Amino acid sequence: MTPDKLAYMANQIATAFARLPDDEAEAAIAAHIDQFWDPRMRARLLSLAESPNTGLSDRARGAAALIRRPETA
Amino acid sequence: MKDFILPDADFGTPARRSDKTVTLTIDGMDVTVPEGTSVMRAAAMAGIEIPKLCATDSLEPIGSCRLCMVEIEGRRGTPASCTTPAADGMEVHTQTPKLAKLRRGVMELYISDHPLDCLTCAANGDCQLQDMAGAVGLREVRYTPGANHFQTRQNGEANPRFEAKDTSNPYFTYDPAKCIACFRCVRACEEVQGTFALTVEGRGFEARIASGTSDFLNSDCVSCGACVQACPTATLQENAVIEHGTPDRAIVTTCAYCGVGCSLRAEMKGDRLIRMVPWKDGKANRGHSCVKGRFAFGYAAHPDRIRNPMIRETIDQPWREVSWDEALAFTAQRLRAIQAESGTGAIGGITSSRCTNEETFLVQKLIRQVFGNNNVDTCARVCHSPTGYGLKTTFGTSAGTQDFDSVEAADVVLVIGANPTDGHPVFASRLKKRLRQGAKLIVADPRRIDLVKGPHVQAAHHLALRPGTNVALLTAMAHVIVTEGLTDSAFITERCDAEAFADWAAFVSEEHLSPEATEALTGVPADQVRQAARLYATGGNAAIYYGLGVTEHSQGSTTVMAIANLAMATGNIGRPGVGVNPLRGQNNVQGSCDMGSFPHELPGYRHVHDAEARGVFERLWNVTISDEPGLRIPNMLDAAVDGSFRGLYVQGEDILQSDPDTKHVAAGLAAMDCVIVHDLFLNETANYAHVFLPGSSFLEKDGTFTNAERRLNRVRRVMAPMTGLADWEVTMALANAMGAGWDYAHPSEIMDEIAATTPSFAGVSYDLLEREGSVQWPCNAAAPLGTPVMHEAGFVRGKGLFVITDYVPTDERTGPRFPLLLTTGRILSQYNVGAQTRRTANTAWHGEDRLEIHPHDAETRGIAEGDWVRLASRSGETSLRATLTDRVSPGVVYTTFHHPETQANVVTSDYSDWATNCPEYKVTAVQVALSNGPSDWQEDYAAQARAARRILPAAE
Ligand code: SF4
Ligand code: SF4
Ligand code: SF4
Ligand code: FES
Repeated sequence: MTPDKLAYMANQIATAFARLPDDEAEAAIAAHIDQFWDPRMRARLLSLAESPNTGLSDRARGAAALIRRPETA
Repeated sequence: MKDFILPDADFGTPARRSDKTVTLTIDGMDVTVPEGTSVMRAAAMAGIEIPKLCATDSLEPIGSCRLCMVEIEGRRGTPASCTTPAADGMEVHTQTPKLAKLRRGVMELYISDHPLDCLTCAANGDCQLQDMAGAVGLREVRYTPGANHFQTRQNGEANPRFEAKDTSNPYFTYDPAKCIACFRCVRACEEVQGTFALTVEGRGFEARIASGTSDFLNSDCVSCGACVQACPTATLQENAVIEHGTPDRAIVTTCAYCGVGCSLRAEMKGDRLIRMVPWKDGKANRGHSCVKGRFAFGYAAHPDRIRNPMIRETIDQPWREVSWDEALAFTAQRLRAIQAESGTGAIGGITSSRCTNEETFLVQKLIRQVFGNNNVDTCARVCHSPTGYGLKTTFGTSAGTQDFDSVEAADVVLVIGANPTDGHPVFASRLKKRLRQGAKLIVADPRRIDLVKGPHVQAAHHLALRPGTNVALLTAMAHVIVTEGLTDSAFITERCDAEAFADWAAFVSEEHLSPEATEALTGVPADQVRQAARLYATGGNAAIYYGLGVTEHSQGSTTVMAIANLAMATGNIGRPGVGVNPLRGQNNVQGSCDMGSFPHELPGYRHVHDAEARGVFERLWNVTISDEPGLRIPNMLDAAVDGSFRGLYVQGEDILQSDPDTKHVAAGLAAMDCVIVHDLFLNETANYAHVFLPGSSFLEKDGTFTNAERRLNRVRRVMAPMTGLADWEVTMALANAMGAGWDYAHPSEIMDEIAATTPSFAGVSYDLLEREGSVQWPCNAAAPLGTPVMHEAGFVRGKGLFVITDYVPTDERTGPRFPLLLTTGRILSQYNVGAQTRRTANTAWHGEDRLEIHPHDAETRGIAEGDWVRLASRSGETSLRATLTDRVSPGVVYTTFHHPETQANVVTSDYSDWATNCPEYKVTAVQVALSNGPSDWQEDYAAQARAARRILPAAE
């Protein structure tokens, strides 16, 4: 998975919850990613969230803090 | 015809439904029947068969042959029993000397214009004319042939009334010389199929049947076979029967093509399948079928079928045929080696929507129990995964809400992003029947599909929206319904989440979502949207049927939720005649989803996070089930390119041809170290495979398919597997080669395991299916015979949830380089990637994929009908020939994807649904220009495919 594509997917999810207030939206994004993304995708996303300028939207980046940590990354 | 050899009782006229019954006496026997039942049917119900020729119970009677006359006490004359309704106290005599004489006279007239070549006739022993001649005791024909239709020459000259056989249709022959002008074929084409391809020309003795002004192949005929089925003589006869003779036994099974799931009788002679005939008692199809199920089964015996397992070290080598043991040992060893090097999660599999529930269950079990991960996905990813997400969020279950019978009670039908006459033909016939009775139709589709205007059917509204604007259109309809006060507040208050409704109602009422404000976006005139919304909300029972034109978008899941919102807002859920009905593509796509084919869901749609559900399988299978979601197909391919995913077992799917962005799929497959393809043919994916396991066709195995109405139908083995093993046995052998120790003796045992682990299937067993024919899940203690209509008393999730559906335009935009929008679909005679149908005579109707383009767009590009054009997008380009038509709007082009040479998916983009990664097949920005022929990619691809398909001669 290229980082661009992962960021794109996370941002797409964030857009779908655009109508919610920040905290609810971030929780919804994180819950969605926990439910549907395999651990290696989540691990990559988490590392993307740690570095600046990786194309993640603010809310997707905010959601990263709430995402379930994969056991083996 | 043909119900005689292998009888499926013909009651002569259709059943009538009525609360009132009447009692009459027929030949001294008392019979009680629903009011409106014909005397003929009443007699048949009492076991008394009245001679008949023009009546059959799939058609309304017309009383033309007069063979069925009876005498009724107190009535003069001899009324036709097929058109006479039974009445209380009637006393009917079906056999009297007077009737016998009259009937013989009728038969004598028929026979005088019919050739007497019974012994060499294809319908010999299976002809109702023959049977009736016997039944009425016809012993002589006193007329010498005068004017007739069967002699080629008369008085030394050509007989002007004689017409030659029409053999243009590849599957059946029309021989006018044998026609008795009963018009059963004409009526079948109208009443059952709804195509109106046949007409009667001339009157009385001169009356003849005609397929319009041309032969059958070039007429409007869609080759459904209903007329052949209805014909009592050899006039319309299957070619297979002409060639091989009449079948001698029949086994009821289920069509393996589309999600309608028609029940068919496989009529056999020895182990040769002679013909498939729709089964009258099939609850999905009620005795009808389409050209695919009825005729296109020849692929199962096609010489291209691979009969032996094959392996190769690398994909540039030719294939080597090996024994099952060697192939399985090779596979097991490779897969385990990959896991040892790259981790448990480095392999996975794809279940098939073509295979049975039992086979799918085993593949996901192989992955979860033996591979030890959740890397299982299915082709539903590329079609209805948004339905799963959308309906689960709003209603609590991804299930479609109705059975097909429900359409008979619908008053308004909204068809969106589906083309039923091509994709789900038997459902379309049932829908058209309802429309002819007066139900109203709204079609939302970029293309003018056949339903918009056809014989005796016309849509009240065709909302020809721009591809990719479904959400904007549906939300505009919701805007009208809410702002004009057309909601069903009683339903909403009682059944739905109040807070969510309030939020949603406020949202859709926003002015910028009105039809007027979104007209520029969707291209649909605001007034039409308003009228359609009013009709949907106030026209009585309103049902929505939708297809892949809804799901295959970057907002697929959002669109499904917008549909669910509309149904809830208008109270159109939870009773016959209404509902939200996803038209599922493949025969068992519903089943493959139900059986836990998704990387985040165990069988029965239970998330892998659900410890209790995991526990059920952990105890039975003696392993720990991973609580982490696995990779979805597109993610698998991405991970393969990264090197973290290296082995894939693909059962009965051709992802290289069916999935978007072919180059990306090819790169993913090429990067893997062990691709196992389990299929009937060396499909396109197999070009990248290391192991090929030959599959078995649906005729060669037992199992069940679940159709779009959640109905489990039995698939029955009618012949032995060509390769020695049914697909479920192959999966079991692979599991055992990896140390699993499975020992299923029959698919019924797999179903028992499904029932034991999955609450919604708890009541299902092969015994139940034998008894009931079929059941719709949920089938359990609460619903022992299944559930035709969902959410009757309340939503599965408790309160229905309205979800806000913001329109987000796709990032696939048109621009100066790619100014046109491409959308894709399929046609009646071919099936998806075409692996089956391309190997049948169905190619008579669709030899190649064509690009439909509006004449304006064609003109500005100098393109004429039939020209080769280059179709290019940001992802790639391909070439195909153009057809000019105003079915598509200016700015929109359309093609099918049935032929590998075309590779339309070279062009489709990598964008996908935000929630499910379902690819955005339905919108691609493209440019079209004249070209000279196939593109470089097509030629390279063909060369690679040829090389990859080499098979070494078997070593002695
Ligand atoms: S095959 Fe079907 S469509 Fe064709 S003429 Fe017969 S009934 Fe009509
Ligand atoms: S073709 Fe067959 S069904 Fe049609 S009118 Fe002739 S005999 Fe009857
Ligand atoms: S409608 Fe579908 S299930 Fe029925 S015969 Fe045709 S392809 Fe088969
Ligand atoms: S069967 Fe009744 S008139 Fe022909």
